[in-house]
Amino acid sequence: MSFPEQHEIHNRRKGRNMAVGLLLGAFVVIVFSVSLVKLSKPQNIDATAPNFSTMVDSE
Amino acid sequence: MADTTWDKTHEAQFGDYVELLKPRVMRLVIFTAAVGMFVAPVAVHPVIAFASILCIAVGAGASGALNMWWDRDIDAVMKRTAGRPIPSGRVEPGEALGIGITLSVMSVVMLGLFANIAAAALLGFTIFFYAVVYSMWLKRATPHNIVIGGAAGAFPPMLGWVVATGGISIEPVLMFALILIWTPPHFWALALWRNDDYKAAKVPMLPVTHGTRTTRNNILGYSLLLIPVSLAIGFTQIGGLVYFSVAVILNIVFLLGAVRVFRRSDADNIADKFRSEKQLFAFSILYLFLHFVLLLAEAALRGFDLAPTFPVLL
Repeated sequence: MSFPEQHEIHNRRKGRNMAVGLLLGAFVVIVFSVSLVKLSKPQNIDATAPNFSTMVDSE
Repeated sequence: MADTTWDKTHEAQFGDYVELLKPRVMRLVIFTAAVGMFVAPVAVHPVIAFASILCIAVGAGASGALNMWWDRDIDAVMKRTAGRPIPSGRVEPGEALGIGITLSVMSVVMLGLFANIAAAALLGFTIFFYAVVYSMWLKRATPHNIVIGGAAGAFPPMLGWVVATGGISIEPVLMFALILIWTPPHFWALALWRNDDYKAAKVPMLPVTHGTRTTRNNILGYSLLLIPVSLAIGFTQIGGLVYFSVAVILNIVFLLGAVRVFRRSDADNIADKFRSEKQLFAFSILYLFLHFVLLLAEAALRGFDLAPTFPVLL
């Protein structure tokens, strides 16, 4: 099986593909990080609260 | 994509897609959303804060892409926007639409998972408001389009607040009102010297439809309206003495600039090439930026228990 000659379009698209790959990787890291936070205290006790502490009492 | 000859000269690069998301608007959204989140009385876990602000920024960017898709015809006519990815031929309209819809849905769903449902609902409404209510319905229909567009730009600090607290109170409403009322004088100052562009694109900006005299009156009117909103924030739990004192000065300078623009005629403009209008436009950016910096400063002072006592009336 023979591959067609490498066209310069492939080089140009390489940059785009790398960027999309990095973006997807970053997305995975973010979802994983948030999961870790939500699975630890106090988020794992009160799932509806995204917050971890209260500085001032809101009225 | 079925182009087998591969001779397309402008294959879209990654940066062209980033440009679709209006990165400069995004920066402002990130800043105001972050301030809205940090001044809220509830602390947010840093990881969740980061992820939520990212969702808000991507959601804003997605609505920018939808706006560029819808407005590609007038963008091509106006000098300021002719270089955008679609009118310059770097990105296909369909791609912008696809990216806009995909990122809108993704950002809303992820914000719902990261933060809370109220924040996700408000982000969805913001995107709908900017892309549909502003871009599609009102921008080309009424000279009040800027007031509506201003509302869309005013949501981010409120979004930040809702991420933190899960609800809305007087403080985010006042931050919303500040940007809402600030936008018309800010943009009309620009429109006064970009009038020909909007005329060519047939966008009914106030100077095009009602003349420059009405526009000047309106700039002054909104600038007066801005003062009570700006000062009222000082008397909420996110304001304080530092905020209030500097805000008084900022409002005086802004009002003086607006009065100067109000007093001028079109002949003055031609004589000095819109000097006062450009000054007002430039200062308006500083005005809004400093308001949010001051709110951050107040939050920091409160955090270190250094805030001087100041009445919380609202």
